Amino acid sequence: MSQHSTTYVPKSAFGKWFESRLPIAGLVHSSFIAFPVPRNLTYFWTFGAILAFMLVSQIVTGVVLAMYYTPNAAMAFQSVEHIMRDVNYGWLIRYLHANGASMFFVAVYVHIFRNFYYGSYKAPREVLYILGVIIFLLMMATAFMGYVLPWGQMSFWGATVITNLFSAIPVVGETIVSYLWGGYSVGNPTLNRFFSLHYLLPFMIAGVVALHIWALHVPGQNNPTGIPIKSGKDAVPFTPYATIKDIFAVVVFMLFFAYWVFYMPNYLGHADNYIPANPAVTPAHIVPEWYFLPFYAILRAIPDKLGGVIAMGAAIVIWCFMPWLDTSKVRSTAYRPLYKQFFWLFVVVCFLLGWLGSRPAEGWYVIASQICTVYYFAHFLIVLPVLGFVERPLPLPNSILESVMGVQKGGAGVPAGANAEPNTKG
Amino acid sequence: MAETTTHVAEPTRRDFLYIATGAAAVVGGATLVWPFVQSLAPDAATVAAGAPVEVDLTPIAEGQIVKVFWRGKLIFIRHRTAEEIKAAEDVNVASLRDPQADSARVKEGKAQWLIVYGNCTHLGCVPLGQQGEYHGWFCPCHGSVFDTSGRVRGGPAPINLPIPPYAFASDTKIIIGQEATA
Amino acid sequence: MMKRTLLIAAAVLGFSASAYAAGETPVPPQQKWTFQGPFGKFDRAQLQRGFKVYREVCASCHGLSYVAFRNLSAEGGPEFSEAQVKALAAEYKIQDGPNEAGDMFERPGRPADRFPSPFPNENAAAAANGGKAPPDLSLMAKARTYERGFPWFITDVFRQYSENGADYLVALLNGYEEAPAGFTVPQGGHYNHYYPGHVIAMPKPLSDGQVEYAKNEAGQPQAPETVEQYAKDVTAFLTWTAEPHLEARKRLGFQVMLFLLVLSGLLYFTKKKVWANVGGEVEGHATPPMTHNP
Repeated sequence: MSQHSTTYVPKSAFGKWFESRLPIAGLVHSSFIAFPVPRNLTYFWTFGAILAFMLVSQIVTGVVLAMYYTPNAAMAFQSVEHIMRDVNYGWLIRYLHANGASMFFVAVYVHIFRNFYYGSYKAPREVLYILGVIIFLLMMATAFMGYVLPWGQMSFWGATVITNLFSAIPVVGETIVSYLWGGYSVGNPTLNRFFSLHYLLPFMIAGVVALHIWALHVPGQNNPTGIPIKSGKDAVPFTPYATIKDIFAVVVFMLFFAYWVFYMPNYLGHADNYIPANPAVTPAHIVPEWYFLPFYAILRAIPDKLGGVIAMGAAIVIWCFMPWLDTSKVRSTAYRPLYKQFFWLFVVVCFLLGWLGSRPAEGWYVIASQICTVYYFAHFLIVLPVLGFVERPLPLPNSILESVMGVQKGGAGVPAGANAEPNTKG
Repeated sequence: MAETTTHVAEPTRRDFLYIATGAAAVVGGATLVWPFVQSLAPDAATVAAGAPVEVDLTPIAEGQIVKVFWRGKLIFIRHRTAEEIKAAEDVNVASLRDPQADSARVKEGKAQWLIVYGNCTHLGCVPLGQQGEYHGWFCPCHGSVFDTSGRVRGGPAPINLPIPPYAFASDTKIIIGQEATA
Repeated sequence: MMKRTLLIAAAVLGFSASAYAAGETPVPPQQKWTFQGPFGKFDRAQLQRGFKVYREVCASCHGLSYVAFRNLSAEGGPEFSEAQVKALAAEYKIQDGPNEAGDMFERPGRPADRFPSPFPNENAAAAANGGKAPPDLSLMAKARTYERGFPWFITDVFRQYSENGADYLVALLNGYEEAPAGFTVPQGGHYNHYYPGHVIAMPKPLSDGQVEYAKNEAGQPQAPETVEQYAKDVTAFLTWTAEPHLEARKRLGFQVMLFLLVLSGLLYFTKKKVWANVGGEVEGHATPPMTHNP
């Protein structure tokens, strides 16, 4: 696809001089101004911009917090209280950062499930998609280490439980754990190195995000029909059309964000984290943050420790294979009547896993977790490959324009797949 | 390129140079990584603090439980009474959740000294001594009950209170962190 | 050793989260608070009464180590006058030093000092209180909660219910009663209806008439001198110590929400206008005809 039809021509003499030495204005122009955007994108496509906003928000609030925070086991809790009580607007900045993590995950889950529904992971966007999975993994690591920093009870015991996962690795597990801790248990060296990494990882995320956007701008955006842009009429330039829509969506998301920050700032956290870390007492209810709950449920569903750890890792790694596990030639679930039902069933299972992750691991909860875990993997390993062969997709529209303007009465759709762009997957 | 060698398969002096240079660079690079990885391991101060600790048992009266910390973990040292030893020994081992004879949990001839980790095996709370149905320990968090041998007898705890590595240096002195050599 | 650690880790992993299943703990009743809801504010008189209860009852065992005397006169708190706070601080002895001779010494408190803790350290606190140190109360109202369960944890978000901790504290302070028949309270423990597991180390702290409240013009105490009222007042005070900027937060929140609403409205219409250039916004996809081509 030749996307960059409108080339950037600097107007001023300085612009020309500079552009011939560093063509950054041209890059911005082709990526964020002239870039053709399918005209039928819904608000689900604004979550990329929302995520970019959240990343910047987390970095800015985090840098300010780091000016007051002390990464030392004896002082960390107190320094957070100092931020909350004495630093001007410290309470606001900390609540923005703490709730921002949750908002980041809300947005990323919408983004991921939009991608699942509209088949955005399929050729030719596999690399774009896998970069996204890597960003998600980095986000998980960052969020986990960030939660340790206030050095409350849940910080300490959450760190103990999660770092202990590595001890499941045969032979070298124990050594790895002591290298993670820098001691014989979670302690000051652990806190200090987690702070260092928590500060580093967001910049690595920003780097992978740059690659993610770069990879996006090669094939262009997917859209609700799943069929590519065919003519200029299918697309609009990124600026002002997508820009204004993204800004509007970001502001609406900020409303949602602000509601939590100002009215329910502690709802998404744990009360136990307002108790200073105490290695001699365990909180009654060790539970990870809500965004980790589905994976936590999978971990506990497997009765074997190593097996549980492997299953939890596999639950995310399996995403990377989706472009090849999904055998359907149709991208958008809108044209896949059978898959649509399985998709929503999968969403329900993910919510169920999240809820089960917050429940005690006993009685029927365990059995329910096991059933959901089996279904979770079956979705990827059985439903996705098989459905591509057995499902009869609905006819696809001829173009994005035709779809959004309504299919003409006379002009019947063409058989599915016939009009989809050549499929390059092997 | 093709002119430089007539037979591709034949190793030349230049190939050897490439391989040797590459190998040297890889070895150098790997060596450079070593100190960075090692810096993550427990440091000298931590290792020193984690060395075996000596505990003098003389001040611990019969029936008393003393708490010590070793490597950041809580340890109970219990001077058991004859009654408590008898109660612990008179249990049908097969009936236990985590079957283990009392004799396997103390050092031979030192049955009056029970040394166990002090965190409940359920969620790590600190159980209260001389309480519960068996007057061993009772965990106030979720009601796990341990007997005078530190074995789980009720409640949600899955296993017995584990025994830390220790050895008797003399009749009245133990070294926690040192496996018995005898 | 390795096996043991593995087992402990497995136990921690496998059995996490079973807290609330273990004991049937009753649900605390929800109180009416002046500080709840989007426009909530503290009742100054209540905070001042609550401080009196803390000072005369709780302070002998419980610290308030994150709170400074100066906070008591800050906006959004009990708002004692600065003179009152200065006089109050001077009643406390604060350890300072070392002086020129290298010795630590005690001096009267200043508004900038934090509340001194009743015990020099946690071990001393534990030793003086039957083996369990009384927890610091600064953050108590945020550090305690109770299980809400489905579907309440969802509705709570919409009705902004975030007084779980406060409601629990009131229930706890009122929850002392005779243990039911068949329930053995271990030595040093006390039966409390609302404490998880029912056995609490703290003896019943409050009794009717224990704290004298300021009198109004009619010579009557400004609030009933009952356990129930003491519990509510001290809990309100502890909610403030846990969240001293609560009022500022809610006030700023309203302004921010209002601004964002206006801005999103403006952006919505701007976006509509911009998209009108290309014939208006069209989203999604047409519902495909539900027939299959042969």
